[in-house]
Amino acid sequence: MQTSFTPEQLEDPQVAESEKILRRCVHCGFCTATCPTYVTLGNELDSPRGRIYLIKEMLENGRPADEETVTHIDRCLSCLACVTTCPSGVDYMHLVDHARVHIENTYRRPLSERLIRSLLANILPYPARFRVALQLARLGRPLAAVFAKVPALAPLAAMLRLAPAKQRGSSTFHPEPEPGSRTGPKTGRVAILTGCAQSVLDPGINAATRRLLARFGVDVVAPPSGEGCCGALVHHMGREEEALGFARRNIDAWIGEIDGAGLDAILVTTSGCGTTLKDYGHMLRLDPLYADKAARVSALAKDITEYLSTLDLPVLESRRLSVAYHSACSLQHGQKITTLPKLLLKAAGFTVRDPAEGHLCCGSAGTYNILQPEISAQLKARKVANIEATRADVIAAGNLGCITQIATGTKIPILHTVELLDWAYGGPKPAGLDSLRGKDKAGPVAAAKI
Amino acid sequence: MSEAIRFLAPRQDVLSRRAAIVADLADLLPIECLVQDARGLAPFETDAFVSYRRVPLAVALPETTAQVAAVLKYCHRFNVPVVPRGAGTSLSGGAIPQEDAVVLCLSKMARILELDYANRTATLQAGVTNLRISEAAAIDGFFYAPDPSSQLACTIGGNIGMNSGGAHCLKYGVTTNNLLGVKMVLVDGTVIELGGKHLDAAGYDLLGLVCGSEGQLGVVTEATVRLIAKPEGARPVLFGFDTCEQAGACVTDIIASGIIPVAIEFMDKPAIEICEAFAKAGYPLDVGALLIVEVEGSEAEMDAVLDSIVEIAGRHAVKTVRQCQSPTEAALIWKGRKSAFGATGRIADYICMDGTVPLGKLSHVLNRTAEIVESYGLRVANVFHAGDGNMHPLILFNANDPEDAARAEAAGNDILKLCVDVGGCLTGEHGVGIEKRDLMRHQYSAIDLAQQMAVRAAFDEKWLLNPSKVFPLDGRT
Repeated sequence: MQTSFTPEQLEDPQVAESEKILRRCVHCGFCTATCPTYVTLGNELDSPRGRIYLIKEMLENGRPADEETVTHIDRCLSCLACVTTCPSGVDYMHLVDHARVHIENTYRRPLSERLIRSLLANILPYPARFRVALQLARLGRPLAAVFAKVPALAPLAAMLRLAPAKQRGSSTFHPEPEPGSRTGPKTGRVAILTGCAQSVLDPGINAATRRLLARFGVDVVAPPSGEGCCGALVHHMGREEEALGFARRNIDAWIGEIDGAGLDAILVTTSGCGTTLKDYGHMLRLDPLYADKAARVSALAKDITEYLSTLDLPVLESRRLSVAYHSACSLQHGQKITTLPKLLLKAAGFTVRDPAEGHLCCGSAGTYNILQPEISAQLKARKVANIEATRADVIAAGNLGCITQIATGTKIPILHTVELLDWAYGGPKPAGLDSLRGKDKAGPVAAAKI
Repeated sequence: MSEAIRFLAPRQDVLSRRAAIVADLADLLPIECLVQDARGLAPFETDAFVSYRRVPLAVALPETTAQVAAVLKYCHRFNVPVVPRGAGTSLSGGAIPQEDAVVLCLSKMARILELDYANRTATLQAGVTNLRISEAAAIDGFFYAPDPSSQLACTIGGNIGMNSGGAHCLKYGVTTNNLLGVKMVLVDGTVIELGGKHLDAAGYDLLGLVCGSEGQLGVVTEATVRLIAKPEGARPVLFGFDTCEQAGACVTDIIASGIIPVAIEFMDKPAIEICEAFAKAGYPLDVGALLIVEVEGSEAEMDAVLDSIVEIAGRHAVKTVRQCQSPTEAALIWKGRKSAFGATGRIADYICMDGTVPLGKLSHVLNRTAEIVESYGLRVANVFHAGDGNMHPLILFNANDPEDAARAEAAGNDILKLCVDVGGCLTGEHGVGIEKRDLMRHQYSAIDLAQQMAVRAAFDEKWLLNPSKVFPLDGRT
């Protein structure tokens, strides 16, 4: 696509990068078809191609963001389905990142939006604060219906409704190995991202991961001091300096281990964070002090299923349990990991089913379900209907955001892929599967297979 | 932005009434169904023929036929031009607006209304994408045959407007051969229905007239199309040749032998490289030209037809014959082909030409195309539907260099004229749009054009519907 930037504008490396991205776009419109918001709303402005055009105009004219542009960029889930679809290789992810920073720097949002965003940015990434906020949210839950009636307060209502009545999972209470307490010969040495919200909402996921890895001879180092939120939450709000701050902190925390005893991988069990970790190298490319270290950390970042796939886990006898695999956007589009989680589940004996429209986002998308509750609810309903149509016994997903979102829409139990794998390879039975009596035993399954 | 093709001068009286028109439209449509903000209008200024751009007066996104009728009735009464739009994937600029026009975009009308297997039909709102029809019917073993490369995104309404084709049209025909009925709104807001679930309707074949009328006779809001049972099996096979002449001659011989494969797609060396880099489909990179020939039916039938084709290819010194081994591989082969245009965007800007030539002239036209493009100092990649002689030279250029863009357009015009001169025609499946409008005189005599314009005027006397397209601006009646 033709662009018109002045040489002066192109001296800004961010603008220069965006110009290159825009030049790739041939305006073919393929991306519209797989964009969840276009499919839901049917308006070009809520499609990747429309947003690319809005961003192009805004950046070319070097003007502050305006309400119309912000409205449609805000509706983008950053699910990156468009990136998977685009035949021309348009790097929409970094283009919309740039646009969000530009919006944050040049646009003054209405007071209620500023408050909500500030609240999210100052609570979610900090586990101690988030824990307190969750307690308050449980108390405030009855207010959700009241808030929902006032448009400006709808995000608050969404937030209250999302707060789980009790912590998910019970696997926290199962004994988990001390760091370094692997069994068998050593096969690897890894760190696991503790992160932020997941460590509060469902610590059982990482506990299951540690148990599973220990069983296969992988040493998991204790979380180095300073490690925390990956920065994705604020990154997607365009709060770039805060995001880079989180990134640098994590890099500092891991680089000691990497340069010390060495790490084979930095594992991520929340794929939304994985996409961001893998992008540290790009995010900090202009920082001479961190560019190199960031690239090294990104190179080591692996989704848990990527790493498990290298371990040659034994193939287990089939069991009756059927699993609907929900492919998180951050895995399938952000990290291009599509088949590995399903292959692992199959090898562990589960019957895996693919819901229709698997490329469409469930509407969770970080803080999207709080900031855009209406569109998010429509996408959730569509996702749940597609999952329930598989008639699977349990849902597996690789991202806590999706798990929390889908859990509020269906009675089918939903677990992290790694919790099912841990169970299959000798770990405790995950909570929530008690209703599935008789289907959890390994054994001949010819009749139950479809 | 290119300027070689003129648009109608905007009607000043319409522009001066803009505020009032937008306010009136706001009364006819829900708030989320009208775009009026200048920032929001800009992304509608073009389609996939991105060299030309005009920001429209407003964009209406109706959700019902009644809303379409209300908008048309209003625009007709107040002489406001209307440009219909589906997904905006036209490669000939069919959906590019003009400054004094309301864009009537049917993307919100995207419901599948009925799948009727007893009658082998699907009834759809106009904004349903082409591929969704086949996806919806797949579970029951049916599909919708015309498959433009943009089938993932393009709408059935747009397909009807342009009489779109696709790789599989060699065997199954283009849109007009698969369309059974439409609900359509005339320019004055009258809603009519043409055809139905039957193969032919009493009286004139008005449906045939509407299909390919580029949004100038009315706005289709619903369509009934033919569904076809999926074959037992289908297999794309790759045939690599050293030269384009050999591949072209092979195509001619296959068709002349009486075999009608489902598809015969052609790629020259630059196209092979582009598509392989994107799709990693296993296209041979050591050949000068590649044919993707798809056969279908039972295993025995496919084997028999393939044997004949291999034998014919042997007479043309075929270098590589590769059968695909799995459904995944077949899907990749088609993904590479169908993404060819977009994937070209990875290496350069391009304009995609669309002309049809008699099969016997294929090699000649390919050679001349190469010479023409070279004479302008540009590069070309050819990827097209060889079985029905539908050429798609992609002329590569730099959109940020106005002179380069002008050369690309001039080369394209020369190629299209060549297609006409060898006995072919200006379009295969993309329609005339704005791109080929001024070449219509090369194809038709003044009398031919006058007759077509008389038909157009019978539907839209004031020339309000998509007025800058199809017919050269001077000499309109």
